[in-house]
Amino acid sequence: MPAVSKGDGMRGLAVFISDIRNCKSKEAEIKRINKELANIRSKFKGDKALDGYSKKKYVCKLLFIFLLGHDIDFGHMEAVNLLSSNKYTEKQIGYLFISVLVNSNSELIRLINNAIKNDLSSRNPTFMCLALHCIANVGSREMAEAFASEIPRILVAGDTMDSVKQSAALCLLRLYKTSPDLVLMGEWTSRVVHLLNDQHMGVVTAAISLITCLSQKNPDEFKTCVSLAVSRLSRIVSSASTDLQDYTYYFVPAPWLSCKLLRLLQCYPPPEDGAVKGRLVECLETILNKAQEPPKSKKVQHSNAKNAILFEAISLIIHYDSEPNLLVRACNQLGQFLQHRETNLRYLALESMCTLASSEFSHEAVKTHIETVINALKTERDVSVRQRAADLLYAMCDRSNAKQIVAEMLSYLETADYSIREEMVLKVAILAEKYAIDYSWYVDTILNLIRIAGDYVSEEVWYRVIQIVINRDDVQGYAAKTVFEALQAPACHENMVKVGGYILGEFGNLIAGDPRSSPLVQFNLLHSKFHLCSVPTRALLLSAYIKFINLFPETKATIQEVLRCDSQIRNSDVELQQRAVEYLKLSSIASTDVLATVLEEMPPFPERESSILAKLKKKKGPGAVSVTELEDSKREGGELNGGGDRGPDTAAMAASNTSTPSPSADLLGIRSAAPVGAAPSSAGSLLVDVFSEAGPTAPSAAVNDDGFLRFVCKNNGVLFENQLLQIGIKSEYRQNLGRMYLFYGNKTSVQFASFTTTVSCPGELQSQLNVQTKPVEPLVEGGAQIQQVLNIECLSDFSEAPLLNIKFRYGGALQNLTLKLPVTINKFFQPTEMSSHDFFQRWKQLSQPQQEAQKIFKANHSMDTEVLKAKLLGLGTALLDNVDPNPENYVCAGVIQTKSQQVGCLLRLEPNAQAQMYRLTLRCSKDSVSRRLCELLAQQF
Amino acid sequence: MQFMLLFSRQGKLRLQKWYIPLSDKEKKKITRELVQTVLARKPKMCSFLEWRDLKIVYKRYASLYFCCAIEDQDNELITLEIIHRYVELLDKYFGSVCELDIIFNFEKAYFILDEFLLGGEAQETSKKNVLKAIEQADLLQEYLWGNFLADLITWS
Repeated sequence: MPAVSKGDGMRGLAVFISDIRNCKSKEAEIKRINKELANIRSKFKGDKALDGYSKKKYVCKLLFIFLLGHDIDFGHMEAVNLLSSNKYTEKQIGYLFISVLVNSNSELIRLINNAIKNDLSSRNPTFMCLALHCIANVGSREMAEAFASEIPRILVAGDTMDSVKQSAALCLLRLYKTSPDLVLMGEWTSRVVHLLNDQHMGVVTAAISLITCLSQKNPDEFKTCVSLAVSRLSRIVSSASTDLQDYTYYFVPAPWLSCKLLRLLQCYPPPEDGAVKGRLVECLETILNKAQEPPKSKKVQHSNAKNAILFEAISLIIHYDSEPNLLVRACNQLGQFLQHRETNLRYLALESMCTLASSEFSHEAVKTHIETVINALKTERDVSVRQRAADLLYAMCDRSNAKQIVAEMLSYLETADYSIREEMVLKVAILAEKYAIDYSWYVDTILNLIRIAGDYVSEEVWYRVIQIVINRDDVQGYAAKTVFEALQAPACHENMVKVGGYILGEFGNLIAGDPRSSPLVQFNLLHSKFHLCSVPTRALLLSAYIKFINLFPETKATIQEVLRCDSQIRNSDVELQQRAVEYLKLSSIASTDVLATVLEEMPPFPERESSILAKLKKKKGPGAVSVTELEDSKREGGELNGGGDRGPDTAAMAASNTSTPSPSADLLGIRSAAPVGAAPSSAGSLLVDVFSEAGPTAPSAAVNDDGFLRFVCKNNGVLFENQLLQIGIKSEYRQNLGRMYLFYGNKTSVQFASFTTTVSCPGELQSQLNVQTKPVEPLVEGGAQIQQVLNIECLSDFSEAPLLNIKFRYGGALQNLTLKLPVTINKFFQPTEMSSHDFFQRWKQLSQPQQEAQKIFKANHSMDTEVLKAKLLGLGTALLDNVDPNPENYVCAGVIQTKSQQVGCLLRLEPNAQAQMYRLTLRCSKDSVSRRLCELLAQQF
Repeated sequence: MQFMLLFSRQGKLRLQKWYIPLSDKEKKKITRELVQTVLARKPKMCSFLEWRDLKIVYKRYASLYFCCAIEDQDNELITLEIIHRYVELLDKYFGSVCELDIIFNFEKAYFILDEFLLGGEAQETSKKNVLKAIEQADLLQEYLWGNFLADLITWS
């Protein structure tokens, strides 16, 4: 039993904690906890009024139990009572409990806010700090509403104690992060900037975090901070290591503050004022110089603090990207770190060099370190460091070193960790394409890629190699020869069979002169792989066979024989059967001329940027997509995955399957926008189709609803884009309320004038949905983006969508555009978890025929489980596991919240992978909702 | 900083501080995944890793792992020293701190952290000033001897 060292030692609490620690099993622990909970509950309920100490002790025990991971459903009231105690420790425990276990119980929030209000006005700095800590820890909207206007006053008041100022600054920061709309700029803002000059280093440290965050959002209002930050930094950098007393950390003066100052400066371009800029450059040079001085201490804390500042300074140098001298010095410094014995420094140097590689001033300097980086890729023992090395090789690659880098990455792939293989494959594919001088090297590289890491080669990669081979006739013969050789391997990856089948089907004739690769040899080689392949590959091979019949009439009999056999024309898979039957028929009845026309060589693909890039970006992050990410994707080429990115197989079918109207309409490639079976990879990220097509349409007054359906299952992304304008959306919904942020980006370099937007609810919708917004600025500068917020209230269920009309003048011409806003009824879903039993009971209750809506439809997108789950979660319902007896099926439940009523909804989705079909059934307590949801959803899968 | 976790070598969570709003379920999920990931790493590995879209900075002190999640533009090395400064604060307050101190006085560990970091940002980096604030608070508390003795008697 350790002695309770300091403070108020709650003996009963210590005993309880010991008891828990002595429990031999989880069961024993739960038993002990339940006993304690019962005890506390009886104490709280008992007739005897508890004294403050006991109350504090019990609340503290509850907190301990909660932190162990158990649920706590009482004690909140007692904790709130403690807040108004005038004994500090009781108040303190009360606040801690509230901070950890916030409950949005409105009654309680009112009481808590009252207690906070009292403490804030108590003028007792210790109490004020406690209250501010609580607001900062909870940071809820209710608290922002109550205190967002009060805290700036405390922060800038002349008589506020330093410690209170520090808490107030960070408390305000937290509120600004959670509810930026409630923290209003005002005359306090200019005074906040001047806190950078405060005598108390602690106040500066706290205030600068707030200033940095505010500057990012309102750069103009805070731009005076630049010169203040530079002079503060200059004073710190030039101070002796003991000047700052307790703010010196292991002989490094104020490392935290220095880093934050350098970070703040990264929110702005280089200072315009020559004197300020000179002073800053001097600081940066001093920091770089200090890195070369012998360390003042052997402690790792000393070097870490010093290097933290150095790295932040390098980030600033890279951000400015205008001082060649500093950039090269930074690069040399990082070069030294690449071989440092500290793994942490090697990691950071690799990471930081990545950004340096993209600057024209330092790109060459970075390249000189290529051998070291390759060595890191081979020898680092830590996968996260190797990953950084691979990233850097990718970033430093250009035409001069592409062959070397690609070769190294390929050889690394053979032993690479599974976790990074897919990303490596994409990178190799991109580099090979980008820097290919001769396309035979490109083809070799991609085929090697498939050989080494076939499982990680996504569809985009092999589509791309085929597109390139088709478009470049100088490489077709070489490609045919190479795939033919690659297919000789006894075990080759299915992706290789796909590429081989496609290329030989198109260009097999180019190598048919050689008896070792005569038409029949080619066919037999392909067909020897047929039985080991999956359905889509077999389908592709069948298309290759019919192409063979056209290319090499001598193979016709053999191939017809194959098509005619039962395993083809009676194949249980509809797609294969249909292809076999149709191809057989086509080859028997069509004349050679017709055959030659139908099966003509594929026309060149329209040149477009690689979709692999988009794929790489997509891999990078689960988690919400931010507007900046959207902008990134825009910058890297608006067409990334744009237009209709048809896979070659669909395209081939479009060419060959001209006659019969097939029931599998999507194979005809009519819906050109459908991404062909999204790659089965990347852990079902919710980003699945964030980068999908943004239809470039000419501005017109007709309603554009291209983007509308893409937002049924997601809330953020690009709604519309053409040559002039990009519109991004971020939205959030709670209960029957929603807020939508619209970002209008001017893609041109010319100003948009008279920019107006109008949101309207046509017809019936007017009484069902309430949408409010403020007018936007009438001028949008070239390259600028403006934001508009819509507040949405759902009054009752609805089927139509609000319309957004945008008008502006661009170079004299009036542009007029109307879009359907993706506000759909499912946005107001609250997920409902329930057991299998409950689900079916409710299912039965909703058995009136009009309550049910059902649709059977063909799969339009990938049927991959993760993709489906992501979509269903995006829908807003709860996805219920272990409810449906058939584990292949998905069931969901949710309640739609409208102002007038709540509508319970149950959903069941039954995929049939074999037939590529779905059956969707909805049962809702209101029939119009069933119908609408069914309509919306039938187009999502 | 988005959150800080303290956990033992056995994977027991000793302190959790969240600076972004998350549901209890998400918190538990993150904790589980992250504890597993960090414990699986070998001693000489680097203290930083990418995890989801966050950067994780961690360091082991005796039996305890201190683990912070920071955002893309945040500085890894200075975060490592945030951890160290917090350890120093605990050490100074408890007098060569050990895991047991944090278990039995968890509320103190939270109070010290609140004085040092607020809303995920450094509030006061001076060791002296943080400890002064905590000690002032300790002075404010009146020690209820009566209760303490009563507890002692029932306990012994």
